[in-house]
Amino acid sequence: MIATGPAKRNYTIRVWRQKNGQTPGKFAEYSAKDIPADASFLEMLDIVNEGLTGRNEEPIAFDHDCREGICGMCSLVINGTPHGPNKATTTCQLYMRHFADGETIVIEPFRANAFPVLRDLIVNRSALDRIQQAGGFITARTGSAQDANNLPIPKPAADKAMDAAACIGCGACVAACPNASAMLFLSARVSHFALLPQGQPERTHRVLRMLEQHDAEGFGNCRNHYECEAVCPAEISALFITKLNREYALAEVKEAVK
Amino acid sequence: MINGLDAHIPAGAIDKKWDLHKFESKLINPANRRKYTIIIVGSGLAGASAAATLGELGYKVKCFCYQDSPRRAHSIAAQGGINAAKNYQNDGDSVHRLFYDTIKGGDFRSREANVYRLAEVSAAIIDQCVAQGVPFAREYGGLLANRSFGGAQVSRTFYARGQTGQQLLLGAYGALCKQIADGNVQMYPRTEMLDVVLVDGHAKGIVVRDMVTGKISSHAGDTVVLATGGYGNVFYLSTNAKGCNVTATWRAYKKGAFFANPCYTQIHPTCIPVSGDYQSKLTLMSESLRNDGRVWAPKKKGDKRPPNEIPEDERDYYLERKYPSFGNLAPRDISSRAAKQVCDEGRGIGDTGLGVYLDFADAISRLGEKTIRERYGNLFDMYHKITNEDAYKLPMRIFPAVHYTMGGLWVDYNLMSNLPGLHVMGEANFSDHGANRLGASALMQGLADGYFVLPNTIGNYLAAHGAKKPNVDSSEFKKAEEDVRNRTARLLGIKGKKTVDHFHRELGILMWDKCGMARNDAGLREALKRIPALREEFWENVNVLGQGEELNQSLEKAGRVADFLEFGELLCYDALNRKESCGGHFREEFQTPDGEAKRNDADYAYVAAWEHVGDNSPPQLHKEPLEFEAVHLATRSYK
Repeated sequence: MIATGPAKRNYTIRVWRQKNGQTPGKFAEYSAKDIPADASFLEMLDIVNEGLTGRNEEPIAFDHDCREGICGMCSLVINGTPHGPNKATTTCQLYMRHFADGETIVIEPFRANAFPVLRDLIVNRSALDRIQQAGGFITARTGSAQDANNLPIPKPAADKAMDAAACIGCGACVAACPNASAMLFLSARVSHFALLPQGQPERTHRVLRMLEQHDAEGFGNCRNHYECEAVCPAEISALFITKLNREYALAEVKEAVK
Repeated sequence: MINGLDAHIPAGAIDKKWDLHKFESKLINPANRRKYTIIIVGSGLAGASAAATLGELGYKVKCFCYQDSPRRAHSIAAQGGINAAKNYQNDGDSVHRLFYDTIKGGDFRSREANVYRLAEVSAAIIDQCVAQGVPFAREYGGLLANRSFGGAQVSRTFYARGQTGQQLLLGAYGALCKQIADGNVQMYPRTEMLDVVLVDGHAKGIVVRDMVTGKISSHAGDTVVLATGGYGNVFYLSTNAKGCNVTATWRAYKKGAFFANPCYTQIHPTCIPVSGDYQSKLTLMSESLRNDGRVWAPKKKGDKRPPNEIPEDERDYYLERKYPSFGNLAPRDISSRAAKQVCDEGRGIGDTGLGVYLDFADAISRLGEKTIRERYGNLFDMYHKITNEDAYKLPMRIFPAVHYTMGGLWVDYNLMSNLPGLHVMGEANFSDHGANRLGASALMQGLADGYFVLPNTIGNYLAAHGAKKPNVDSSEFKKAEEDVRNRTARLLGIKGKKTVDHFHRELGILMWDKCGMARNDAGLREALKRIPALREEFWENVNVLGQGEELNQSLEKAGRVADFLEFGELLCYDALNRKESCGGHFREEFQTPDGEAKRNDADYAYVAAWEHVGDNSPPQLHKEPLEFEAVHLATRSYK
């Protein structure tokens, strides 16, 4: 939704400041003045940081890198919603034209026990990497592959796998979930591989190990709130969680009758 | 060997060199591989694929990246696709044709043997990626789909929607994850390399800063591999991620590695135009859009009517007009320059007059909106988010932007720099794209280097020098750490009046102005005066707050910008030295009457490799002559 108004706008931002993981944090309030409506949300923070540095106050630390919505590095909970108010949009692709002149904007880090704060708005999301390391891959030693077209894959299956593979690993699903569950992330990884013929040999092992790691990292269980799907910038469907449950049940049975 | 630069190109016919070289390369037996430690800096396509493959082979690998996860390296942002000479479309493609197109696309300024090898291994990359589960686009019959990219008349580009880089990187990241889990690769995210350490002239380690704690430490290995990407952010505004930087390669340069062809910078023709001075980066709209989009500008100067009110006969589809056989798929350098010419004539569109249209109306009426949405939906969405305009209804506004850098550290056929033990891969080296990279070739090169080239050539160095990893307590490491600490302390101690971004922006404006899409003698000389002055001001007046021993983003940026402020000067030196126009390097003094690049093969058919000979001396030029045996040097024409 576009907030009509002047080309340059003023905001009050309430930002979470925390020196490091060992020190308690608190909110601080700053004014963001003369922000162009066509600036991105992160450019608004850049402008605020330039001002802070000019006054010898330490700038606000926040994660970002590609600034085009694909690397998954940016985060932020904006007015209570991970990645802010726009559907299917990362924070870096959110523009100030969506915020009304004079608005107060509350900015917090992604919050979850498994995502400890490192500084200000930066959290540690390496738990997601460890889930991936537990089995989020197809083992294919370099050089051992057959010709790519020897394995035709029906277009619908390939498209569906791509829908799942589009996850950018940002962790917004965790930040949005009342249980801080990473099931949407996990289900996207598991489904991507389970939908493809190449993913079959490790299918059982993969889902069991990844889920085990997910729980060990302190992520909660899915209770069908669907908050994850609502905030996902890559529009990963919660139906993949249904698929994850089926994959898990099948794997359990297979393990039991082995 | 000329000036100490031996590219170690194997003898024999071009199509036999790589096979022969692999056979003649030294092997290390499986039981001995674990005695070798390989340090890899960077985890993009080149770094991740090399780390995974070398881990599989049994080497001990340490891999470093500045992002919080290896999966976020900027390869992830590549949109359009990856080339491979599969000839699945039966349209006349072959290894030789991909090789030829790449040499020609690079305006005959790349090394023939390397390019041939790249084309040769390209097919195996697709096989490897499919085996890993990369969900490439497919036809209804289940076979892989292809599309066309600039500079080619065949369809050899494989793609995964508009997110090909993401999917290829996730494939390599998956393979890397397995090696991390198996204990063969140790991963160091949020860790930035700040120096390379030489022991007896060999690269044997690096000094890094833990970006969370600020702790500075050293890592030793038997060889160091840099896969740290390009230097496009020297222009401040580019399509690179904000963190992309030249520090790793620049530190290596200052330790004696030669920097080759820095003036070869790629300005991508289809990016979203700049909208204001607050802007922090530019966003690419994939070249694949030119398969269906038609580029045009109004025929009349200063025509400010909305695009849909400009009748067909008052539009100039200038790429189709000037390059009828390649049309909208002319290579990037040529398309960018054509857009610049149109804007220079006063026919540019938008508020700034710095833009042209990329129009999908014809394709939508021919194929339907659904098909266009299926092909490019995510790009149209991204365009809408940024500009608030609907490209299904109105043409996109586009303008060229800095995107990729063909130059990089000089490497030989083994991907080793002139510093023994220092290997360089992907965008960080110079070798495969000459003066202009073709679309969908960066992903190909990154993965070729990482999966197939380096794992075969690294043994030549390792076997010759044995597993003799030095101790990080040795004086060489202590000295390098001390230098890094002093530099950090110096940056924090200036406490000046201006921010790091201020200096970065100033440098960017200067570079774009004097060394961007068009360059000339006077402008380059002016830049060479102004860059040192700006650098001096930086070291006197920059304000970096906070401490060294903590998470400090200003400090991270300051270190990178300090290096860009040195590197920019080298880029201008190279641009001034190269008195010809070729590929992405356009010298206004050297052009044909119709404004095309005019190469000078008699004097400049060489790789310019620059050596650092001291902070107060100009860099010293070494030349590697380019010899063409399999192709004939010809004037590039896309007409």
